[in-house]
Amino acid sequence: MADGAMIGTSLRSRLMGHFLLVLGVIVVVFPIYYVFVASTHTVQTILRPPLPLLPGPEGPANYAEAIFGGVGRIGGVGVGRLLWNTTVVALGIAVGKIIISMASAYAIVFFRFPLRMACFWLIFITLMLPVEVRILPTYKVMVELHLIDTYAGLILPLIASATATLLFRQFFMTIPNELLEAARVDGAGPWRFFRDILLPLSLTNIAALFVILFIYGWTQYLWPLLITNSNSMNTIVIALRKMISFADADTPWNLVMVTSILAILPPILVVVLMQRWFVKGLVETEK
Amino acid sequence: MARISLKDVRKSYGATEVIHGVSIDVDDGEFVVIVGPSGCGKSTLLRMVAGLEVITKGTISIDGRVVNDLEPRARDIAMVFQNYALYPHMSVRENMAYGLKISGMAKPEIAARVARAAKMLELAPYLDRKPRALSGGQRQRVAMGRALVRDPAAFLLDEPLSNLDAKLRVQMRLQIKQLQRSVGTTSLYVTHDQVEAMTLADRLIVMNAGRAEQIDTPMAIYERPASTFVAGFIGSPAMNLVPVTVAEGGVVLPGGTVLALPGLALPAVGSALRFGVRPEHLQAQSPDSGAPEAQASESGMPEAPALTLEVFAVETLGADAYAHCLFPGGSDHPDEGFVVRLPGNTAARQGDRIRVSLDLSALHLFDDTSGRRIGEAV
Repeated sequence: MADGAMIGTSLRSRLMGHFLLVLGVIVVVFPIYYVFVASTHTVQTILRPPLPLLPGPEGPANYAEAIFGGVGRIGGVGVGRLLWNTTVVALGIAVGKIIISMASAYAIVFFRFPLRMACFWLIFITLMLPVEVRILPTYKVMVELHLIDTYAGLILPLIASATATLLFRQFFMTIPNELLEAARVDGAGPWRFFRDILLPLSLTNIAALFVILFIYGWTQYLWPLLITNSNSMNTIVIALRKMISFADADTPWNLVMVTSILAILPPILVVVLMQRWFVKGLVETEK
Repeated sequence: MARISLKDVRKSYGATEVIHGVSIDVDDGEFVVIVGPSGCGKSTLLRMVAGLEVITKGTISIDGRVVNDLEPRARDIAMVFQNYALYPHMSVRENMAYGLKISGMAKPEIAARVARAAKMLELAPYLDRKPRALSGGQRQRVAMGRALVRDPAAFLLDEPLSNLDAKLRVQMRLQIKQLQRSVGTTSLYVTHDQVEAMTLADRLIVMNAGRAEQIDTPMAIYERPASTFVAGFIGSPAMNLVPVTVAEGGVVLPGGTVLALPGLALPAVGSALRFGVRPEHLQAQSPDSGAPEAQASESGMPEAPALTLEVFAVETLGADAYAHCLFPGGSDHPDEGFVVRLPGNTAARQGDRIRVSLDLSALHLFDDTSGRRIGEAV
């Protein structure tokens, strides 16, 4: 009993442990499963409780209607278009943030220029203000640049990232100075050093950051809501909100459920596919 | 291959000067070792030659070309770093080829050079491994290989062996020496280890506090150190340097005994000196100190001056033993300690008195205040 007491080596405590774990999984997974079940029934079935616990026969029809047919409440725009919009925005934000933060961290860590530390602190203090504080001026700027209802308008204001800059700065500072000097002796200029040495060494960090930023971009709500008027430029999260009416009868619940499922799939896919890199980036610093 | 010439090279950080004017002409193919304690500026000096530190004053030229304002890559040098600085994400092959690739060399030529260096350094089986899968000694050899493939005008090595264990260090020391002989490339090598310095160097630069205390061949420095610093730094164990005052025809040792030094030109009576003699240049007259006092009084040899010492500790190393002694009647101040090399099987024990004679030719005298060598040992 001495060692195993905490984890439980006896059959009873093991059963108990598994019971609790299974219970936890059910609590988390059941609502998502229920959304999936609801997405395979007609609106009528959904609105007439109780909802069956097993998937119904309407699944393929519902998904086809949502993706290709368009949803009436959001001007007949298909979920396919929404998924495309959201993918562009999420990728744009993630990739843009990584490029900008890497470039600024590279400048701050490896170059000596006047006001270098001032630049760093300027970037750093923007962390102290939430996006919402500057949202009206930003909106005005976007209106004047005619970027309402454009991908650029959706992406650009969200692309600067003090957090990512800070992360890359910390990582770059752990790169031994001798590595930079060896590269200089080998004849590598600043651009080659970045491309041949810094970038490959940062890959795991980039992967981890990409996952986080992609999900951040995918779930953006307030800014896309402000910057898009046309239904065809909505992101999936905004469209989902627009589909739901106050009156239950007006809401195509089956399509809402389909959209919900489709909205959570890509982020899950990104996490699953990049998990190996993601974990590596979090635990391992390869030097 | 090239000559490297330093003319009154100085380095300041702000108002603080850390290198106070070093000048040396390194010959084509010469192996020059810069040695000194940590913080003496030896690495800074090397990094100035490499182009990694700005030269405040003076000029450095490689092969007749002043390189003060050239980037490292334009100086035609290769450098080996203390922690090797291998690119962790590249294989051994890529590490060695990287500099050549940047210089735009043709691929077959790069492959041939890497293969040749790998063969010389016995790295051929590891060419596709990443540095982290190599041992310390192998990483060190990759760092050497990276320098070798460049076929540069000069090798600059910054304490390349200090991260290795003692046995490997001896092995690599020999290998570096042979390698440098066979390729014949002018080399500057920085170390704090005086054994490495003695064994590797054609010429030594002994540095202390930003100054080149002495520049000469290892044996010349060993035999005629220019200052107490060099005398204490080169040679193992260190030279005995005890404070004495000049008396008529000799010097007064700690404890008050007068040691006659016939035929030696000494400064004015009363001047303070440092009296230097290496532990290995002392002859114990009575190695088995059965009755040291009695024997000593019988064998009064007028030619070789002799000292009586009191042993307070004996370190036995096998072949040799080092007796740490004090002067009878002197203090136990560390300055007055005196080490004598004895045979490994010596019977001398703590508390014994031993009598040692010294060869006048192996005697060094230094000014106590300036630390500079005075007079010529006969």
